[in-house]
Amino acid sequence: MAADQKALKATGRARPGGCGARTPSFGVWRTAIAVILLLVPHAAPVIRASAPSRVISLVPAATEMLFAIGAGPQVVGVGSYDNYPPETARLPRVGALLDPDIERILSLRPDLAIIYDTQTDLARQLQRAGIATFDYHHAGIADVTETLRRLGFRTGHTSEAERVASTVENGLARIRTAVAGLPRPKTLLVFGRERLALRGIYASGGVGFLDDMLSIAGGENVFADVKQQSVQASTETVIARQPEAIVEIHSADAPLGHEAIQEEIRTWSILASVPAVRTGRIYYLVDDRLVIPGPRIAEGTRLIAAVLHPGAVK
Amino acid sequence: MKSVRRRLVGTTLGFGALAAAAVLLAPLVGSTRISLRAAFDWSRPFADNPDAQIFFIARLPRTLAGASVGALLAAAGAVFQGLLRNPLATPFTLGVSAGAALGAMLAITFHWSFQALGLSAVPAAAFAGSLLAVAIVYALAQARHRGLSTTVLLLAGVTLNAFLSALILFVQYFANFADTYRTLRWLMGDLDISSYEPLLAALPLGLASMAVFAWLARPLNLLAVGPDSAESRGLNVTAAQRAAFLSASLATGAAVSIGGPIGFVGIIIPHLVRLIVGPDHRLVLPAAALFGAAFLVGCDVLARTLIAPIELPVGVITALVGGPFFLWLLIRRR
Repeated sequence: MAADQKALKATGRARPGGCGARTPSFGVWRTAIAVILLLVPHAAPVIRASAPSRVISLVPAATEMLFAIGAGPQVVGVGSYDNYPPETARLPRVGALLDPDIERILSLRPDLAIIYDTQTDLARQLQRAGIATFDYHHAGIADVTETLRRLGFRTGHTSEAERVASTVENGLARIRTAVAGLPRPKTLLVFGRERLALRGIYASGGVGFLDDMLSIAGGENVFADVKQQSVQASTETVIARQPEAIVEIHSADAPLGHEAIQEEIRTWSILASVPAVRTGRIYYLVDDRLVIPGPRIAEGTRLIAAVLHPGAVK
Repeated sequence: MKSVRRRLVGTTLGFGALAAAAVLLAPLVGSTRISLRAAFDWSRPFADNPDAQIFFIARLPRTLAGASVGALLAAAGAVFQGLLRNPLATPFTLGVSAGAALGAMLAITFHWSFQALGLSAVPAAAFAGSLLAVAIVYALAQARHRGLSTTVLLLAGVTLNAFLSALILFVQYFANFADTYRTLRWLMGDLDISSYEPLLAALPLGLASMAVFAWLARPLNLLAVGPDSAESRGLNVTAAQRAAFLSASLATGAAVSIGGPIGFVGIIIPHLVRLIVGPDHRLVLPAAALFGAAFLVGCDVLARTLIAPIELPVGVITALVGGPFFLWLLIRRR
């Protein structure tokens, strides 16, 4: 910064002298070149013009996005939990949020690594190895389409990404329209619970993509006032908040049969004073589209809307 | 002898009143406000009465769970400290909690789904894990000696703890992020049991261990002087040690199956009680059980009300409240 200012000042002084004032001008250029040489190695990964050809992604949602926008052929490694699309099955696994495998990552010689924004140590290691990073961050549903577009720009698939992002946005808009004006049931959106017991209940709080999905699907989150992505819901809060609908969403890595799902739904019956239990509006959905904030998020949202408003959304 | 009996009555009445007050008052407070009049309005059907449901399904089982777990852990801690003649012993020193944690972790990671003895998969697996750990430690302590070597017991327990913890980390490698988080949360303890079944399932074992504890008071007093002198005063040392180890381990397993491995209760309460009633186990054991019950119920009230509607893990409260309180008591006594 100081060097920049010095260079600017020197330039200002040198100009009136024109080309004749050779000695100070040379000093100016030397300073400027030194500054550029200092900055270039750091700036290079950011301003790299050509699209990366070897991409790794540690984030399931980002991996899905890459394949959706046509960057699939560039992907050379994926995270431990990435299982969609099926093409990911034959790619090397490079760890995940808590256990990124830096050796494996380096051995794949990537020129772009998509990592979680909280993986600061990994980011530093990758930067030292000269590998550009893309910090993935998710919060709300708007971040899904934004990340899609940024990934498209970064991987050289701007127009495809734009198309996919618009499809997602249109899909969500259609659901919004379909449920507009309908009564919005107070809903408990559960994404984790012990099997066959009302213990360890984790529900969506009032921020984050799950809360956004519920809101678009035409439900009112019973924990809207809790400004956290997840809430551990005690038995008392579940009864006290009197949800009119309970929607449980679970990833598909441990699928349940129809009978097992019915049994899980019956687990709630002890809380008979909860309107959702009395009216039988308890839904147990098992689908990865519900839990991964990727390009299929509108389809996931539609699944929730379909159980909350079966008349309006199919 | 007579004075001990009188002091026992006094101790039981004093700590009993404290425990009773905790159990009676705790269901009155919570993360929400309820109307007691509505909760006890029997003319309304239970299923249509949220106040009654909050009182009888959310708060009462939870309070009773806190009381049972607190009593079992505190008394078991006192027994372990007496058995191992080591003031740093806790109910979790000999691997019971690590075995339980491994069981719970397996149930969570591999999404086990079953019900056994009224317990769902996670507490049932936790209990099975604790039994396994107890069996291994017991077998090791028996193997080289004709009796039960407390040194081997301690070493085997500590080693098993470390080994099982490593196994837990190994299993964790197969768990996804959400399951890892749930296991971590389980380790911090949770008394929100939302039904009476886990309590009923643990009741027989809990009561049986408590009965053995009552018998153990005198043997533990003799052991405190040393096994040799205890032997010379007519105590069957090996039998007493076996009874102490098995009953305290099973009590711990039962407690952990209800509420997870809640820390600090098992080490702090026995010491606290000793500072008040002295070292005689005939007073320490009942006092520890009653005070442990009151303490854990109180901690759970804090856990569920401090930042409501969000809950704090009760194990965090026991450590935060128990640690400084214990230190203060130590300093004040000096």
